Amino acid sequence: MEHYWQEISALTMRWVRRLSREKFSMLFTLVQPMLFWLIFFGNLFQRAADTQVMQAPNYISFLAAGVVVMTVLNNGLAGGVDLLFDKENGFLERLMSTPIHRTSVILSRFIFVMAITSMQVLVILGVSYLFGVHPATGILGVATILLIGMMFGVGLTAISMAMAFSVKSHGDFFSVLGFLSLPMIFLSSALVPLSAMPGWMSFLAQFNPMTWAIDAVRPLILSGWTEALPHVGMVILVMLVFDALCLYGGAKAFRRAMG
Amino acid sequence: MDRTIAIDVNRLCKTYDSHKAVDDLSFQVYAGEIFGLLGPNGAGKSTTLRTLITLLHPTSGTASILGHDTVRDADTVRTLIGYVPQERAIDRFLTGREHLQLLGALYHLSKDEATKRINELLKLVDLENHADRPAKTYSGGMKRKLDIACGLLPNPKILFLDEPTLGLDVQSRLRIWEYVRMLKARGMTVVMTTNYLDEADQLCDRLAIIDGGKIKTLGSPVELKIALGGDIVSLTLKEADRIPSLEIELKGRPAIKSVRTTTKGLDIRVESPEKALPAILDTANRLGCSIEFIQYNRPRLDDVFIAHTGRAITESIPETESAS
Repeated sequence: MEHYWQEISALTMRWVRRLSREKFSMLFTLVQPMLFWLIFFGNLFQRAADTQVMQAPNYISFLAAGVVVMTVLNNGLAGGVDLLFDKENGFLERLMSTPIHRTSVILSRFIFVMAITSMQVLVILGVSYLFGVHPATGILGVATILLIGMMFGVGLTAISMAMAFSVKSHGDFFSVLGFLSLPMIFLSSALVPLSAMPGWMSFLAQFNPMTWAIDAVRPLILSGWTEALPHVGMVILVMLVFDALCLYGGAKAFRRAMG
Repeated sequence: MDRTIAIDVNRLCKTYDSHKAVDDLSFQVYAGEIFGLLGPNGAGKSTTLRTLITLLHPTSGTASILGHDTVRDADTVRTLIGYVPQERAIDRFLTGREHLQLLGALYHLSKDEATKRINELLKLVDLENHADRPAKTYSGGMKRKLDIACGLLPNPKILFLDEPTLGLDVQSRLRIWEYVRMLKARGMTVVMTTNYLDEADQLCDRLAIIDGGKIKTLGSPVELKIALGGDIVSLTLKEADRIPSLEIELKGRPAIKSVRTTTKGLDIRVESPEKALPAILDTANRLGCSIEFIQYNRPRLDDVFIAHTGRAITESIPETESAS
């Protein structure tokens, strides 16, 4: 157990060090493109969006929940990229030829991605706050939002790692990634509530785990506990199933790649 | 020979889909020797190596490292070996020292022990002055040295080197050879793959020539060359009519294996040139044969390779073979 901890902390430190070496990358990791969605998209549609349909005081407060979950989505789906590069340049083999527990490398990546995602979510919520979006459920609500984000993030990161271990080249990886993320966003309640979507889109969107996450985060921000709790309970169940499936697939891909 | 066996490979097979990367391989590596796996790209060297370092599970057959099975006792094996991968397995954002510190933790060394070994290794590979610069500023040779230091960090009983000098300039190459010899002098067992014949010839105590997933031949470079039939001394005589008498006189002399007439002289296969050359010259003098030209050819490892695989190592594998 002591060894396991030594391995995981050293491997996690490696990700932290890498990030801290790339000053630009660090800056853009915190001030990420997702903020543009919030600031520009949120304000751009202020008058175009119907507050009756949104069931929110203004569009930006409606959008905040969507942007929070989009952040989780992007981070999660990109979470395996560094392992992909490690696989391609032989670093992963070097790590795996040492007497470490086979899961250490992966676990360190989960820890790192979840930590970064949480920080970004806090930045998004902070900027929203400046635009007058004050979470109705307070600090405890923010903690719940982080929990939901992490539960969704674990599954997504597992998908990303599974892809990283299965693809032939990183070109493939990025094409699939680009292909996945936009439909995931449009076919969810991130930008528009399901009730305002064309029938076929809302039909597809209800199967999107992202929709469940957003539908729980949104009342935590807009309404309050009484409205949010049933959604929170539901999303936790959905995410448990989602994570179990993704982790199972990820473990299979990892075992296949690592012999 | 009564030598400790460090690695025992027994009927090893590794199949990918229908392609047999390694096909019924058996060999042993003795403790303290430099053992080479020589072959063209795609011959199965790396697959064999990656099986030995527990990264691949054999389809059938077994491999054991110092008596520990690479599948069942993988964790024990990993504590006994060091590995230097073929690619420059370097994280460009970490410094040299940080690479070694990371590995120190993965080998579960205490902080003090790790610091001590890291300083020793940095000194050994001459990276002391560059240890705290990010690896992206390193030259190819420096990266390779760091790779080797990483492989040596666990203080392994056996060091595995995958194509240690691929793509290096001549100087770095000689440097790496020096390290490998030094490690052997310290009693380490070294297993390396290479597709450079001169490297195998210079460094390896014994080597296996692998092609198409099978061992074609195995032995020390000298043995392999002698097995081809020894060195050849070619004589050109001034008077061609003296050839038959010289041939008769030389046949059956010690150190001379065979004599064959050519158009202008003789091709003499010899076992040891030190004994054979004086004998040949003596005999020629005694018979009054004046020699116009004498040439001495030592079989090179290239000849061994061609003799066993039917082609030069630089020739690529025919498409049909690599695809099957």
